[in-house]
Amino acid sequence: MSTELHVHGRIGQSVKRVEDARFLRGKGNFMDDIELPGMLHMAILRSPHAHARIKSIDTAAAGAMPGVIAVVTGELMAQHKLAWMPTMSGDTQAVLATDKVRFQGQEVAAVIAETKYQAEDARDAIVVDYDVLQAVTSPQQSKEAGTVLIRDDKEGQKDNHIYHWESGNQATTQAAFAKADKVVRLHTFYPRCHPAPLETCGCIADVNPATGKATIYMTSQAPHAIRTVFALVTGLPEQNIRIISPDLGGGFGNKVPVYPGYVVATAASLLIGRPVKWIEDRTENLISTGFARDYHMTGDLALDKDGKMLALRVHLDSDNGAFFSDAQPSKFKAGLFHIVTGSYDIPTAHVTADGYYTNKAPGGVAYRCSFRVTEASYLIERLVTNAAIEIGMDQAEFRKKNFIKAEQFPYHSATGWVYDSGDYHKAMDVALDKLGYDELKKDVEARRKKGEVTGIGIASFTEVVGAGHGAEFDILGLRMFDSAELRVHPTGKAMLRTGTKSQGQGHETTFAQIVAEELGIPSTDIAFEEGDTDTAPYGLGTYASRSTPVAGAATAMVARKLRDKARKIASHLLEAAEEDLVWETGKFYVKGSPDRAKTIQEIAFAAYTNIPEGMEAGLEGVHYYDPPNMTFPFGTYAVVVDIDKGTGQTKVRRMVAVDDCGVRINPMIVEGQIHGGLTEGYGIAFMELITFDADGNCIGSNLMDYLIPTAWESPKFELGETTTPSPHHPIGAKGVGESPTVGSPAAYVNAVIDALSPYGITNIDMPVTSDKVWAALRSKGVTE
Amino acid sequence: MKVSIKVNGADRGGDVEPRVMLVDFLRSNLRQTGTHIGCDTTSCGACTVLIDGEPVKSCTVLAVQAEGRSITTVEGLMEGGALSAIQDGFHQEHGLQCGFCTPGMMLVGTALLARNPDPTEEQIRWAISGNICRCTGYMNIVKAIQHAAKARGAAQKESPARSAAAAGGE
Amino acid sequence: MFPAAFEYQAPATLAEALSVMKKHGDDAKVMAGGQSLIPLLKLRFARPEVVVDIGRLPGLSSVTRENGHIVIGALVRHVDVERSKDLEAWLPMMVEASHWIADPLVRNRGTVVGSICHADPSGDWGSVMLALGAELVVHSQSGERAIPVDGFFQGPFTTTLRADEVATGIRIPVSKGRSGGAYLKLERKVGDFASAAVAVHVEMDGNKIARAGIGLTAVGATNIKATAAEKALAGHEPTDQLIAEAARLAAQAAEPKADIRGSAEYKKDIVRVFVLRGLHTALGRAKEGRA
Repeated sequence: MSTELHVHGRIGQSVKRVEDARFLRGKGNFMDDIELPGMLHMAILRSPHAHARIKSIDTAAAGAMPGVIAVVTGELMAQHKLAWMPTMSGDTQAVLATDKVRFQGQEVAAVIAETKYQAEDARDAIVVDYDVLQAVTSPQQSKEAGTVLIRDDKEGQKDNHIYHWESGNQATTQAAFAKADKVVRLHTFYPRCHPAPLETCGCIADVNPATGKATIYMTSQAPHAIRTVFALVTGLPEQNIRIISPDLGGGFGNKVPVYPGYVVATAASLLIGRPVKWIEDRTENLISTGFARDYHMTGDLALDKDGKMLALRVHLDSDNGAFFSDAQPSKFKAGLFHIVTGSYDIPTAHVTADGYYTNKAPGGVAYRCSFRVTEASYLIERLVTNAAIEIGMDQAEFRKKNFIKAEQFPYHSATGWVYDSGDYHKAMDVALDKLGYDELKKDVEARRKKGEVTGIGIASFTEVVGAGHGAEFDILGLRMFDSAELRVHPTGKAMLRTGTKSQGQGHETTFAQIVAEELGIPSTDIAFEEGDTDTAPYGLGTYASRSTPVAGAATAMVARKLRDKARKIASHLLEAAEEDLVWETGKFYVKGSPDRAKTIQEIAFAAYTNIPEGMEAGLEGVHYYDPPNMTFPFGTYAVVVDIDKGTGQTKVRRMVAVDDCGVRINPMIVEGQIHGGLTEGYGIAFMELITFDADGNCIGSNLMDYLIPTAWESPKFELGETTTPSPHHPIGAKGVGESPTVGSPAAYVNAVIDALSPYGITNIDMPVTSDKVWAALRSKGVTE
Repeated sequence: MKVSIKVNGADRGGDVEPRVMLVDFLRSNLRQTGTHIGCDTTSCGACTVLIDGEPVKSCTVLAVQAEGRSITTVEGLMEGGALSAIQDGFHQEHGLQCGFCTPGMMLVGTALLARNPDPTEEQIRWAISGNICRCTGYMNIVKAIQHAAKARGAAQKESPARSAAAAGGE
Repeated sequence: MFPAAFEYQAPATLAEALSVMKKHGDDAKVMAGGQSLIPLLKLRFARPEVVVDIGRLPGLSSVTRENGHIVIGALVRHVDVERSKDLEAWLPMMVEASHWIADPLVRNRGTVVGSICHADPSGDWGSVMLALGAELVVHSQSGERAIPVDGFFQGPFTTTLRADEVATGIRIPVSKGRSGGAYLKLERKVGDFASAAVAVHVEMDGNKIARAGIGLTAVGATNIKATAAEKALAGHEPTDQLIAEAARLAAQAAEPKADIRGSAEYKKDIVRVFVLRGLHTALGRAKEGRA
């Protein structure tokens, strides 16, 4: 009788994290912890103006100050053809300003000195003479005739319009609207916010004059892609560029783009011949690095008289800042926004999008957005709740009436997506049950009769992640496959490397679990590495919840390749035909004679000591995985709020989150991801905002103004789950990192709108701050 | 200026400009990089250390102000080569993801439990309300500190003298 | 992110401190906890030549009660107020207010007196001291003087403290009869400055309010004493109508600026709502005998 091996760390186990060991001891290896011999420090001078012509830059005084090695301006960079660089969206971005500055905080010059204090002291001594120009601070203003041209550096650019993009079918949608019994409209603004990972961005560029090797430590979520971009932009040969992404203190999409600081530090190191470190401070991070959202959206939902959805029409204006640098697949100007029909069976839809330049920092795709799915999900879920309120139907009932049914999967959406799997009714029912929805609604009614302001908000999101199939998904042409390289040593331990880069998601633990499941090697016997482009196989990095769907799949596939070879070796060792061998996690045994078995460890040893004639020694492989489709995690979130009539303050009384991300590799880690995203969603809904005054001054460029929730504001979350595996993913997993930020803001805001709807209030744009709620109530005569 | 500070039980000295913050003294002069910098407006708590057992933001204390005081950083949390209760609590309860806020959170937790060995959830959330975390949503950080409270309580029952020594340790 | 260079002195006696201040005057800044000064230094908004650390001066860390006054020394931290059993008994409104200051880490360093001298119109202690009718105890080489907090604040971060003076404590008169107080603050998150806040203090004479103190935070160029509201209450029985009227008058006294926290109208109404709630709470506490 075969005794099944107990293999530690298989899929589904809440294995404690391997990476904790160093962080708990304060021995993490974050960018600012790294010191190289002879290292210099760089400080960047930034523009105080949102839009201005540069008349002159005087660096003489700065250059003479103690410890200063060099002062770099745009002029110097231009001599090396590095004053401008390509963006991930086919535009160009200034590295150091030459003609004009185009947003407050833009990089103008850099000081390189022996110490960071000296660099900052000298930076203060640089004198720049500006001619201030009109600042453009919204797409609305961008469009106006007579508004100043921001990108006068671009040949052929006549106005501030960047792109026009469409999806869906205009004709059938128009026809459906013509026949509709009811049309509900929502105009809403998803404001600019910021991922603000606790560790800011930075790098150490070390261009070694003796070896010609450029080693760049970089806070990068996508080191390989960056290496290739650097090679193309700087002309340094790619085999001599090594990007090392060390421990990252959070990313959330903020650490995907190439920032001017990285380029200047590299150029400086090249010219000086010593390593140059640049670590931005928090203000620099908030004012200049990749922000998120800033979408002005209008949605129209067409319904029949029974409340069935007939069509969806959406237009959006995107505020992209001074350079179009969205970090997104190249074929999509508005990311994956056209997932906007969401969880609903809507026969026809039409989406139009226009992007505009403004005098603000560049960016837009970041902060756990799944490439603009946050914006789309917010719009549809707010529109759906508003529609329910308007037609007098319960918002859960209205959703269930229009959900795509389980039997409709794989589902072809009106904008061309093929949803892999889902059961939206089930997730909704689990959420309502957890909430005690019927009792809760009675309680809400009772409280309202007493004059309390209270409400329930629901959001049922469908995510689209796992970019992606190479023919459709590429970053600057680099297809969005990902990779895994697995090597098993003679003693049965293994080393796994992938093309991803964790910023806290626990890859060292979870990816090992995939191998444990497929090969039966205990997860604690598997070392995991990522982030060093010299050793890791080529991948497109970690963002957009893609690691598990793509690199996770690659890991399963490479492990299965090794299992195939292991079978051959086992056949040799057991002197039995391959087809007569049965695999049971961790061993092969002969069918009918379970005592005749070889463990994976014995097989690994044999791969180096007793390999069959004609077979290559070793037990290793690499797999590059091109996903056949995206994966579609989903869920239903529900929030209960109480509002203080006198102050307008909102308190979240309950927050129920039911997620379906397919198979969960490590439930503990999945829940941790969800907690984190629900808190970020809370911050986005109620507190976080980057805004600008009429002169383009940025408000929200430090943590006193950019409000991140603490443990005191953050609600407590009640989690639930359903599991609908992805049919095309090797282990049925879908990815989950961004689901909570995608789904929760609408849930929070819907709760507030539900609470205010008895007074006739139908919208408050985020962040839903107390003064806005107070003003809305006041406008309806409600006060304490 | 010469400065002499006790750090994790050891006498440490240096010669720093008055404008150098305690966090920079720890990170650059002493090469103890477990204490982190997350902002520039005294808003995030990533730089938290204990001064004479009380959690403070070391980015807003001059190194020279700490002259003669006793500092505990994350590097001083281990107990005789083993994880302390707070560190183990964070490990068991998945109280960390990227690890950047973790030293500060653990030190605040340590100080809290020294003063209040059995805090409620509300007291824990209040105590860590000066420390920002972007990754965890705080749920498991609360659980981690509760876990540590329970473990210390159990140790206390088992061996009062031994755990009292551990609690009062540097 | 790093301060400009400065000289640092940590005098061991008050005399030494006063001598340094006399010598450097406006070029020197006194520092106790540093939680207000250091952030300004780091942003280079403040660039003093000398920072005078009074943290080593003896005898300034106590909370005492003498001659009908409570005296809080210049080195008493916000957290010391939070934990003070004495203040919980003598002045619970102060303990309530202390919870609202900044965040727990800042409270472990920052001082009450330092905060008052910093004179941020969004500072909480200023309103508390206006409501309590406190005075600052201040020393220079010329001697000692007492500065009533009412009149101390001249404008944002501007006080009547002279360049050569060091505040050594704050003196608060103990209420004669039953008294009660409350501190209410609207903040967007822990650690944020107030959108608006109020300190309310009432001293009773039988059923009538003998004296009322109302201080307003973050709604003007300085902390504001809502004098008209206080006068309306003094000598009267607190009916619901009178309380509502006082709240209205207090809101009128506020001169808030519209900003990211809300419109001027909003902030004024918060003052009204908080004074309303605060008076009810303070009166309730006075009745219980809880000061």
